[in-house]
Amino acid sequence: MFAYLIKRLIYAIPIALSVTVVSFVLVYLAPGDPLNAIAPADAPEEVIVALKSAYGLDKPVPVQYGLWLMRAVQGDLGTSIASGRAVTAEVLSAVSNTLLLAGMAALGGVLVGCVLGALAGYRHGTWIDRVATVISVIGVSIPHYWLGLVLTILFSIWLPWFPAMGAGPGGSSEWLWDAEHLRHLVLPALTLSVIPMGIITRTVRALVADMLEQEFVTALRARGLSGIAIFRHIAKNTAPTVLAVAGLQIGYLMGGSILVETVFAWPGTGFLLNTAIFQRDIPLLQGTILVLCMFFVVLNLLVDILQPLIDPRMGRS
Amino acid sequence: MSAPLVSLQDLSVQFCGHRKASALNAVNIELGAGEVLGLLGESGSGKSVTLRTLLRLHPERTTKIQGKMQVDGQDVLALKGRALDLYRGGTVSMVFQEPGLAFDPVYTIGQQITEAIRAHEAVGEAAARAQALHMLERVQIPQARRRFDAYPHELSGGMRQRAMIALALACKPKLLLADEPTTALDATVQIQVLLLLRELQRETGMSVIFVTHDIGAAVEVADRIAVMYAGRIVEQAAVGDIVRAPRHPYTVGLLAATVGAEHRGQPLQAVPGAPPDLAALPPGCSFAPRCTHASERCRREVPPLTSLGNRAVACWHPVQPVAEAA
Repeated sequence: MFAYLIKRLIYAIPIALSVTVVSFVLVYLAPGDPLNAIAPADAPEEVIVALKSAYGLDKPVPVQYGLWLMRAVQGDLGTSIASGRAVTAEVLSAVSNTLLLAGMAALGGVLVGCVLGALAGYRHGTWIDRVATVISVIGVSIPHYWLGLVLTILFSIWLPWFPAMGAGPGGSSEWLWDAEHLRHLVLPALTLSVIPMGIITRTVRALVADMLEQEFVTALRARGLSGIAIFRHIAKNTAPTVLAVAGLQIGYLMGGSILVETVFAWPGTGFLLNTAIFQRDIPLLQGTILVLCMFFVVLNLLVDILQPLIDPRMGRS
Repeated sequence: MSAPLVSLQDLSVQFCGHRKASALNAVNIELGAGEVLGLLGESGSGKSVTLRTLLRLHPERTTKIQGKMQVDGQDVLALKGRALDLYRGGTVSMVFQEPGLAFDPVYTIGQQITEAIRAHEAVGEAAARAQALHMLERVQIPQARRRFDAYPHELSGGMRQRAMIALALACKPKLLLADEPTTALDATVQIQVLLLLRELQRETGMSVIFVTHDIGAAVEVADRIAVMYAGRIVEQAAVGDIVRAPRHPYTVGLLAATVGAEHRGQPLQAVPGAPPDLAALPPGCSFAPRCTHASERCRREVPPLTSLGNRAVACWHPVQPVAEAA
C-alpha cells in the first residue's frame, strides 16, 4: 500500500510539470498583446518597451517560462496587469469561493444522483427507471448557463426568494456562514449540481442494474441475507467506479463553472478567468489555469489512493 | 413412515419474459432425510431451474410457479420476508456451479461466511468468526486461518469451491442443493470435491440434491437418480438400477454417450438431434422427435410417470431390460 502511494505520487510529478508548460504556453497561442489592454493605442514606442521589460515580456518565451515556474513554486504567480494586485492572492480568494460552490453542487449532485440511480437500477424497466433516465438525460444535456438564467427568472424575479447575483449582500466577496450568504449560494449551486447529478445517476443506474444480474447477488439471496444486507454488498461493489466518476465531475466543476459563475456574478475562479480573458491579463490567466489544473491532478491522485482502499482487487497485486 | 423432507407435487415453472418458456412441467420429487438425489440431464432440461425454484431465486415478476413445494414441513411458496430469509441458507442452502462468480469479490471469504452465520443465528461477531473458521477447517482448506482473510480472487478454483461448501454448510442446512459443483473445476480437483461432499453428507446426515450432466459424478455421490428431459422427469430409480438397466430411451442414450475405458476405440454414441424449444413443446412426449422407438401415440399424448417395478418411467414403450441371467 505504501509503495503504491509513493508510485502514484511520483507519477503525479511529470503530469504536474506538463500542466505548467501547457498553461504557460497556451496563453501565447491566443492572438493579441496584453499591452494593448493597458497601454493606450497611440502610446509612444519607448513606453511600450519600458512596459514590456517591466513585465518581463521582452525575454524569450522559454526564459519567461523558467522564471515564472521558479516563482510559481515559491507561491508567487506574478502581478495582475489589470488590477496590479498579486495573482496568488486573487486566485486563492476566488478558489475558496469556487470550492464552496463546487463542493455544495457536487455534494447535492452526487447524493441525488446516487439515490436516483440506485432507485432506477433496482426498478430497472419500470416507470421509476424511465423518470430517472429522463431526469438524468435532461441534466446532462441542458446548457447550464441557460438553466441559470431560467432559475433566476423563476426564483429571483417572479418569485423573489433568492438573490440573483454575488456571494453576499452588497456584492461582497467575503464568505460568511449565515443565512444571507447561504441564500446567495442556492441558485448557483442548484444550477451547477444538475450535470454531476445526471452523470452520476446514469453511472449508478447502469452499475446497479448490471450488478443485480450477477450470479453473486443471486448467491447472496440464496444465503438468506436481507435486502438491506444485499444493498450493502452492491454499494461496496459500485463505490470505486462511482468515486472515480464523482472525482472527475468535481474536477470539472472547479473549472467548468465559468458560465454559471458569470451568470450569477459569483466571485470564483470561473468569474476570474472570464475577467482575465477579456482584459488580456496574462499573469492572472496563467495563474488561474495552473491552479485549476493542479486541482485536477490532486483530485485524480486522491481518487487513485482511495479506490484500492475500497476494492481489494486493485493495488494488492 | 414420517413425511419426506422435500416434496414437490406437480411443480411447474413458466418464465414470462419476451417469450413464454415452460422450464418445468409437472415435476414430482420426494426426498427423505439423509437421502442423496442426483438430477441428470443435458443443458436446459430443468435441473438448475428445479434447484433455483426450491430457493425461490427466480425473479418474481417474470416467473409463474404452480404446484406444491414443501420442505421440512414448510410451504415454500407461501414464505415471506424474514421467514423466507431464514429458510434460504438456513433450511436449504446451495453450492453454485462457478465459485468464482458466486462470492462477492470485495469481501473476504471469512467476512462472507461470518455474515451468513449472523444472518441466521443470534451469535456475536467473535463467535460467528470462530464458527466460520471452524467451517473452513472442516472442508479441509489448508492454512484456514490465512485463507479466512483472503479475497475470493486470491484462492484457486478448488479452494473457492471448498469455501463455497463451507459457506453453504455454515448454518447447518437440512437440504443442500449442489448445482454442478464440479463442472468448473479441473479433473483432479473434481474428484476431491465430490469425495468431500459425500463425506460431509455422511457426517451431517443432511439431504442433498445434486445436479450434474456427468453420470460418473452422479454415481459417485447419489443414492437415487432422476433423469430430466425438457422440464420433466422421465425416469427415476436407484443408482444401480439406472446404470445397469435403463428403461427410458433417453436414459439409454445418455448412458451410451458416456466416455469410458470399456468403449475405447469405438465411436462415441451421441443422442441424435437437439432438445426441444421450451417455448414450443411438442404436444406428446418431448423426446419423441429424437427417439427411435417413437410411435403415433408418443407424438400425441404425454406419457405419465408410472411405476414399473422398483422404478418410475415416463414412456409409452419402455426399453426391455437385457434378459438377466436366470
